[in-house]
Amino acid sequence: MKVEIDDVKCVAAGQCVLLAPEVFDQRDEDGIVVLLDDQPATESHPAVRESALVCPAAAIRLVEP
Amino acid sequence: MNRVVIVGASAGGLATAEALRRLGYAGVITLVGEEVHPPYDRPPLSKQILAGQWTPDRLALRGQAEIDALNLDLRLGVAATGVDVAGRAVALADGDHLPYEALVVATGVRPRRLPGTDGLTGVHTLRTLEDAMALKARLRPGRRLVIVGAGFVGAEVAAVAQGLGVEVTMLEAAPVPLGPAVGDDVGRFLARVHLDHGITLRTGVSVARVLGEAGEVSGVELADGSVIAADDVLVAIGSVPNTEWLAGSGLTVHDGLIADRYCAAGPGVYGVGDVVRWHNPLFDTAMRIEHRTNAAEQGMAVARTLLDPGRPHPFAPVPYVWSDQYDMKIQIYGYLRDHEETAVIDGDLSGASDSRRFLVAYRRGDRLAGVIAAGVSPKLLRGWRALIAAGSTWDAAMTSAAA
Repeated sequence: MKVEIDDVKCVAAGQCVLLAPEVFDQRDEDGIVVLLDDQPATESHPAVRESALVCPAAAIRLVEP
Repeated sequence: MNRVVIVGASAGGLATAEALRRLGYAGVITLVGEEVHPPYDRPPLSKQILAGQWTPDRLALRGQAEIDALNLDLRLGVAATGVDVAGRAVALADGDHLPYEALVVATGVRPRRLPGTDGLTGVHTLRTLEDAMALKARLRPGRRLVIVGAGFVGAEVAAVAQGLGVEVTMLEAAPVPLGPAVGDDVGRFLARVHLDHGITLRTGVSVARVLGEAGEVSGVELADGSVIAADDVLVAIGSVPNTEWLAGSGLTVHDGLIADRYCAAGPGVYGVGDVVRWHNPLFDTAMRIEHRTNAAEQGMAVARTLLDPGRPHPFAPVPYVWSDQYDMKIQIYGYLRDHEETAVIDGDLSGASDSRRFLVAYRRGDRLAGVIAAGVSPKLLRGWRALIAAGSTWDAAMTSAAA
């Protein structure tokens, strides 16, 4: 799995950080998403998929083989 | 289960379909949408779209390839007109009948209108892409926009329009804008931000009628007889759930489709998003939430319950919403309505400083019910969200805030 983020679309809701803190973080100054790991381990995949699904800005895109 | 019908092809309906596929459901999903557009995002309508920063193609919630991969029976541009709950079938405006094993009602809300404004050019509401483009086309420097209602939609449009050089007047019936929602102190603070940006704000006024000349809006007459001239009027006085098509179905409707803690509204019928009033066990309250984040989370919860009916999942979220106004991003976690006390945790709401940073906590009963913030660190805010999610008492939250 490859994770792509659109930090222009991101609205700093932080839902992804709640679901997959090992993959996503937020910038301290404005809360915009920071991608910690663009090829997360398999055990993180369900949480990353859930993050993409609930992201209120549709700012997370997953490329899955 | 092999036949799911989802009525409503916006964020909530799409999330339900997507979650069903991700959880391995391989049966038929029919997704019915009254609008002709593939699922698109609404929060940017009053922000980036109105400001002209984005073109409409950026609103698509998913790319065409992602939509195709969901293998949907997609029915766009057609409304559902009725449901036979006992016979488990939905009737569509084009005459088609869709049998279902599970029905997801995700028909959302529409803006409330003012009487006597039909067909008057220059009177707007804001919910759809067409609404946003029509309003955007009219916002030019020097024109006069009157916004009826100083809620979040009204406030966001005011901020964008002012930035475009439009002369903005906001009218609000309550003495303090957003008072019932966020409390008078925060409401007054937000009102001051508008005034600082040159918006004319009149509170405690009610609109008697919208005036027009030759089919074109010319102004707004207030209850005291005074008239405010306008080139355009935006009516932003809340929303009405789209539940008319459920009339006579036996499903209970009362300002939204009534559902239990599992979002179940009847045999095989579930509600998702703005349209449903469900019982949120975290707050032990029936609530109807018109927030973008809630639609997606609720769609996912309902998909889980549909595929695992023996182990239904109560939907117990901490509601979240954000609002962009000028250079401020306001964020709210929790449920602030009916709060009994507020506490300023950070910042200053008195207006004595120019700072736009604040964090205010809300109490309902003995519980921490929610927080509203702007300009605080996301880590700090996540800590408050965790307290709300854990059902923290007010006293415990205040003690940890002081630590």
